[in-house]
Amino acid sequence: MTSVTFHTLLWVVFPYMVMVAFIGGHIWRWRFDQFGWTTRSSQMYESKLLRIGSPMFHFGILAVFFGHVIGLCIPEEWTDAIGISDHIYHWGALVLGIGAAMATIGGLLILLFRRRTNSWVFGVTTVMDKAMYLLLSAVLTLGMLATVVVSTGWSGSHYDYREGVSIWFRQVWSFHPSAASMANAPLLYQLHALAALCLFAIWPFTRLVHVFSVPLGYLTRPYIVYRSRGSAKKARRGWESIDF
Amino acid sequence: MRVMSQMAMVMNLDKCIGCHTCSVTCKQAWTNRSGMEYVWFNNVETRPGQGYPRRYEDQERWRGGWELGPSGRLRLKAGGRVKKLLSLFANPRLPGMEDYYEPWTYDYDRLLQSPAQQQIVSAPPKSLITGKPVNIEWSGNWDDDLGGTFAHKADDPMIAGIEDKVKLDFENTFMFYLPRICEHCLNPTCVASCPSGAIYKRTEDGIVLVDEDKCRGWRMCITGCPYKKMYFNHRTGKAEKCTFCYPRIEQGEPTVCAETCVGRLRYIGLVLYDADRVTEAASTPNDQDLYEAQKSVILDPFDPEVLEAADRAGIPYDWVLAAQSSPIYSLIHTYSVALPLHPEYRTMPMVWYIPPLSPVVDVVKDTGYDAEDAENLFSAIDTLRIPVEYLANLFTAGHVPTVERVLYRLAAMRSYMRDINLGDEPKEGIANAVSMTGAEMQKMYRLLAIAKYDERYVIPAAHREEAHDLESLATDCVLDHAGGPGMGEAMSSSDMGRSTRWTRVGAPKRKKH
Ligand code: HEM
Ligand code: SF4
Ligand code: SF4
Repeated sequence: MTSVTFHTLLWVVFPYMVMVAFIGGHIWRWRFDQFGWTTRSSQMYESKLLRIGSPMFHFGILAVFFGHVIGLCIPEEWTDAIGISDHIYHWGALVLGIGAAMATIGGLLILLFRRRTNSWVFGVTTVMDKAMYLLLSAVLTLGMLATVVVSTGWSGSHYDYREGVSIWFRQVWSFHPSAASMANAPLLYQLHALAALCLFAIWPFTRLVHVFSVPLGYLTRPYIVYRSRGSAKKARRGWESIDF
Repeated sequence: MRVMSQMAMVMNLDKCIGCHTCSVTCKQAWTNRSGMEYVWFNNVETRPGQGYPRRYEDQERWRGGWELGPSGRLRLKAGGRVKKLLSLFANPRLPGMEDYYEPWTYDYDRLLQSPAQQQIVSAPPKSLITGKPVNIEWSGNWDDDLGGTFAHKADDPMIAGIEDKVKLDFENTFMFYLPRICEHCLNPTCVASCPSGAIYKRTEDGIVLVDEDKCRGWRMCITGCPYKKMYFNHRTGKAEKCTFCYPRIEQGEPTVCAETCVGRLRYIGLVLYDADRVTEAASTPNDQDLYEAQKSVILDPFDPEVLEAADRAGIPYDWVLAAQSSPIYSLIHTYSVALPLHPEYRTMPMVWYIPPLSPVVDVVKDTGYDAEDAENLFSAIDTLRIPVEYLANLFTAGHVPTVERVLYRLAAMRSYMRDINLGDEPKEGIANAVSMTGAEMQKMYRLLAIAKYDERYVIPAAHREEAHDLESLATDCVLDHAGGPGMGEAMSSSDMGRSTRWTRVGAPKRKKH
């Protein structure tokens, strides 16, 4: 296989396969497994470590997420246009990013330690949990490494992901995919992106679905919910009534 | 006035013998599943005692229920909406497995597999969570029957404030049983605490249920419920609670716990209440006025105004009739002998209790006096401060006169009926002393002592025109199949045993308690 087709597979075909799995998987799970759609909280088993690790990890990863939205989705020209110089942008991103990454990885380490050492928690850890944690740890570690080693220039050569990875990312989403920007990116970035793609592919089949049910409606709904017996969902197929 | 109907229960504590039949039959019916081993929708606790889960009444620790804010408005004791969302990642007040107990089973296989030998083979306990051997150190009823004499008296939050008296008065030790189920509150904090809006109160009968498909496992309801009657299924990651056996209730049949109660101490019926006044009543400034406030929310089903409003609210006529012959209404209002459990939590609980007279009777009997004599009993109620104050801590936020009033009535009934049973002339004066007539006394006696099945349970069936809707609710129990379609993530109980190999490690050590 030539390296061109190889890169096309990785950076053009694979992302769309992941997209299908991610979207299709969520639709499938939402339709057929409402009952399995939960955080599967393990706090009943262990609280002390969770109360440190979980908020650290979650606040960290939410910051990382929004960092990526800015970094990947906002073209360099836009930030240039409002007068943010490259230098300021990158140092700002680096400082905030490292802070968020430290919290995320620190939190993750606590969560992993807890999961492995507490026999109650470990006892309910499923295969999907393990796969999810493996990929999640890989994505985070590789992302951290890529930032520290490549972006800061410690590896000798300097790389600006906004001129490479980000362009590929936007090309995928605008359905004009091209493997070129990724093919030329440093290996650590390639691995980081690949690990992330794998994580997204299994996402709908793990507990990570909980991310899509953040209960913001709670802020506006009245405290007490009433429901009529009559409002039960429609009869299942084959159970329709024969009332006239 | 917005009339709503509520299915409610009253338990007559004098009759509870602490046999736990209700707990066991409920468990067989509803919670004999993986992840629910530690769950007791119905539990019977010995009081004084810690209760289940341990010390659940200590709301400074668990922060269940409502409290009044500085402006006198109701707010969730565990914090409002924003605070809840910010603490989703880790609930600051969640009881852990250790506050319930680590469920276990026995390695029965050993009994069958062991070769013939001289020693008697034992079946050592193993954890139902890890599958590994466990030392059993605590369980749901560890302090059963130890009321008042258990090692850590101060562990009962309701003894706080009267503990020196209890210690001093050792010879006056008392104990009774308190069966508890979900209160199906009028102002439920479990519902209010659920960020997903998955818990709801049914408009028709007020039964509080969890929509298992909408629950996302944020586990805020567990903290919210001050009675700790919201449970977390630790395998499926979903909240579950007592259903008031709604499939039976809809058929006009009593709940499993009531049906199987050997003491026949449970009463089930409808009450009509004014939904518009619930919040106002729950916001009553003084804790000790909450009992009266809650009582006043329950409407008189004979009042023409109420009947008209009920009609406007679309409550079917047979349901109104059922409310009129409701034993619950009689016990709460007509005879005023039933009291709500912990009205100070401000959730407006709907399972009420007739406090036990037996601690008082027992003492009178032990001292050699006639325990059926009204005067003896009255003065015993006056002097036996400890049981009475303790009961007040449970049922009236500490308001002693209310509990005394109820106990006087029960004592008077005891004495009044004794004369009748002995063929003597009943003394109208005894009834009058507790502001009743002899005729009322006899009716109350009938309801409390000999009420038959259809007097104890006045349950109108759900309406047939709604029946097909009910069917879709009742027949599709997602809990039936833990490994059902799409549940690749979930574990079944059989996986659990396999993942950890069971090895024998000698006889379990037992700790003395
Ligand atoms: C704002 C959105 C989010 C909310 C409200 C949320 C909430 C929760 C909750 C309640 C738990 C259960 C903790 C427990 O009691 O055991 C949990 C677990 C978890 N969440 Fe989130 N989460 C969010 C976003 C995310 C994101 C974006 C990720 C990662 C991509 C994530 C990854 C995880 C993981 C890995 C666990 C398992 C922790 C463990 O028990 O080991 N969450 N989350
Ligand atoms: S007692 Fe029942 S209805 Fe009341 S708050 Fe607790 S779970 Fe909800
Ligand atoms: S009403 Fe039904 S579910 Fe509730 S405690 Fe009684 S038997 Fe259990």
